[in-house]
Amino acid sequence: MSLKQNLHNLKEKYKGTKMAPAFNAIHTFLYLPNEVTHGGTHIKAADDLKRTMNIVIMALIPCLLFGIFNAGYQHYAAIDAAKGVIREASLFGNFINWDNFVVGAWTVLPLVLVSYGVGLLVEFIFAVIKGHEVEEGYLVTGMLVPLIVPVDIPLWMLSVAVIFGVVIGKEVFGGTGMNILNPALTIRAFLFFAYPTWMSGDKVWVHEAVSRTGTADAISGETVLGAYAQNSNLPELGNSVLAGVDKMDMFFGFMPGSVGETSKILIILGGLFLIYTKVASWRIILSAIVGALTMGLIFNGVVNAGWITDTSKFFGLMSVPFWQHLIIGSVLFGAVYMATDPVSGSQTNKGKWIYGFLIGFISIMIRVFNPAYPEGVFLAILLMNVFAPTIDHYVIQGNVKRRMKRLKAKTA
Amino acid sequence: MSKDIRIKKGLDIKLVGEAEKTTTNIPLSSVYAVKPEDFHGITPKLLAKEGANVKAGQALFYDKNDERILFPSPVSGTVTEVLRGARRKILAIKINADATIEHTDFGVKKPSSMSSEDVKSHLFLSGCWPFVKQRPYDVIANPNQAPKAIFISASNTAPLAPDLSYTLKGRELELKAGLEAITKLTEGKVHVAVGKNEGSFFQGISGVELHTVSGPHPAGNVGTHIAKINPINKGEVVWTLKIEDVLVIGELFLTGRFNLTRTIALTGSQFSKPHYVTVIAGATIADVIAKNAETTGTRVISGNVLSGKEVKENDFLGYYDNQITAIPEGDDYEFFGWNKPVFNKISTSRALTFSWLTPNKKYDLDTNTNGEHRAFVVTGNYEEVFPLDIYPMQLLKAFMYKDLDEMEALGGYEIAPEDFALTEFVCVSKQPHQKIIREGLDLMRQELG
Repeated sequence: MSLKQNLHNLKEKYKGTKMAPAFNAIHTFLYLPNEVTHGGTHIKAADDLKRTMNIVIMALIPCLLFGIFNAGYQHYAAIDAAKGVIREASLFGNFINWDNFVVGAWTVLPLVLVSYGVGLLVEFIFAVIKGHEVEEGYLVTGMLVPLIVPVDIPLWMLSVAVIFGVVIGKEVFGGTGMNILNPALTIRAFLFFAYPTWMSGDKVWVHEAVSRTGTADAISGETVLGAYAQNSNLPELGNSVLAGVDKMDMFFGFMPGSVGETSKILIILGGLFLIYTKVASWRIILSAIVGALTMGLIFNGVVNAGWITDTSKFFGLMSVPFWQHLIIGSVLFGAVYMATDPVSGSQTNKGKWIYGFLIGFISIMIRVFNPAYPEGVFLAILLMNVFAPTIDHYVIQGNVKRRMKRLKAKTA
Repeated sequence: MSKDIRIKKGLDIKLVGEAEKTTTNIPLSSVYAVKPEDFHGITPKLLAKEGANVKAGQALFYDKNDERILFPSPVSGTVTEVLRGARRKILAIKINADATIEHTDFGVKKPSSMSSEDVKSHLFLSGCWPFVKQRPYDVIANPNQAPKAIFISASNTAPLAPDLSYTLKGRELELKAGLEAITKLTEGKVHVAVGKNEGSFFQGISGVELHTVSGPHPAGNVGTHIAKINPINKGEVVWTLKIEDVLVIGELFLTGRFNLTRTIALTGSQFSKPHYVTVIAGATIADVIAKNAETTGTRVISGNVLSGKEVKENDFLGYYDNQITAIPEGDDYEFFGWNKPVFNKISTSRALTFSWLTPNKKYDLDTNTNGEHRAFVVTGNYEEVFPLDIYPMQLLKAFMYKDLDEMEALGGYEIAPEDFALTEFVCVSKQPHQKIIREGLDLMRQELG
């Protein structure tokens, strides 16, 4: 008997029982279901939610692969830097090699496994308890989570955060499609507030920087953003990998940071793929970038006008040329993969422009004014998640008013 | 002043099995049936009991809410069976047809010399009133409310729709008489929206306003025309008719006979010879598709693939339908169907689907849902195929949680289920849009009147 027939028999056997969603999830993963239309349209378009989610995962794979090599590269570069040797990154020279892969895979793949393992387990449990199908939302969340955390985050912390994120961030609202906040960012926010020493500072962004602290082999694990926030000048950071980081390195991603957010070129390519496949909203991505640039320009204006001096603690990040905000930190990653979450974002086309713009704008504002924890992108997106329904409300009221006006014109 | 309507948002679904322009006369079926469910929202009261002899045009039942609205028999014969369902709901009234059809004579009339009331009562008496539908609610028109305008769609852009330039050919006289009668029904304007090919049939017809429509489906939907020409506000009513039904009304005035003989298109890949047939509405499906369609693994639809109704061989042709479609059933599993590249299905997205590369290619789509039912997740894709000034997802959600104020404010008065056929087709979450809309409209009608 074929696999198809076997699975079909299992599905029929467990139909209506508690375990049916679990069997169905495995079945529909392997085979498109045999469901046919009843009433309504007799034909349906080719894509379903699984296909849509799959496209986002495909767009994230390059960031993950780069993240794996980068984790190893930053580890060895930091060891070199501690000895006073500043590396020049070269993609096919010292970057894509076996040593980097081994270290990267050893640190990053467990994050992926824990993220998917714990998250899907929670989803399956909820599906069985509530008797609904296992929904696809976590396929993307599970991939996003390892990409937005530091490499060395302890796995138990990640597990706790994933459970919190899936249960409190999503399931209590009714599951995929019903959540108010972006689940991946809810997980990150939980980590950020519950375990702040593992989510910020100048150690956690490079493999082993934390564990070597205070030893003779100590290495630095700072990000470019963190250095700017401390008003540091990169070339002067002699014992840090950052001393050798230039703008091209920031663009290609050869710098410390969360696992998957450093390579801007890959994020841009992933974003273009998502826009091309019509899975992500180009309106949100574009307006978020415009919003970030606008805020950056305002801050540059403040510096140029001489309103603050280099003694100010805001000077370092305010004087970063406005466009460079896009190549440091995770503004681009947030704009492309996080802000475009259709469930927690604005749903109307006009609303998407406003929503995206404010995300970019507020991200840079938090970045500059919150120098202790300069990465404000996830906070900005979560904040706008909360406001997205309000934005949509006013956009829709515009439409309703137009209809009312028509009525008044008739009766006048 | 005529106004040309050109829409950009929408989607032409091109399928295999377009009807070839030849017409066959289908011999008379032995059994015909009229199904009250074809007339949404009425409560039928029987006039012709089992065993009664009826003529074509003679009323079989009427609407309990308005006794003037009669529903006539399409053929002459004997009422053999009144099929009832749960709570004695009338499902169908079956008639054994005579060998030659005898018509009730309603007398030849000249609409131009009749008053508005006379035309109305003639339509009541002859059973032609059910052809007049109304918005809001997409039900048979309430004759007590004056419409602000009447909209007639003479353009059909649905998948595999019959070519009106072929089916209207030679029926200019009926068309003229029918439109003349309809202009008597309103003090407002009668808007006729025609596709580019059908324009010539309407030249020289006075009293109506002609509009040329172009663009992808739903350019031919009457809901699109209303929205673009004169949208409905709260408290207003417009009436709508299909051009095929105007022909029946025209013939009534010219000959005094109620004749439901229609030229319908047999379409879809499961027909060995898709073409046109002339048949009387209510005929047995088996007789209409006899020896022409593949019967195993086939979905037969009375109407088009977007808004038609699934029928079995022993069912009957719908009262308003001008098309029968037969497509393959898709009740099979597809290995990794959710993530491999798709070349044989249509999609508006480019998520490893490639129909956008070949806009003129014809597809043989089956009835598989291509995925499971989910909550609304993806946004912005309905808007691509929805040309009305309405937020489709927000309206659907309001219809689902039944907030009457929101249903009103977001455009509930302007829509019919068929306006949401394309959004249902492209829906990634496989939500039943037309069902949601139909149930919501029924609720609005019940609560708001």
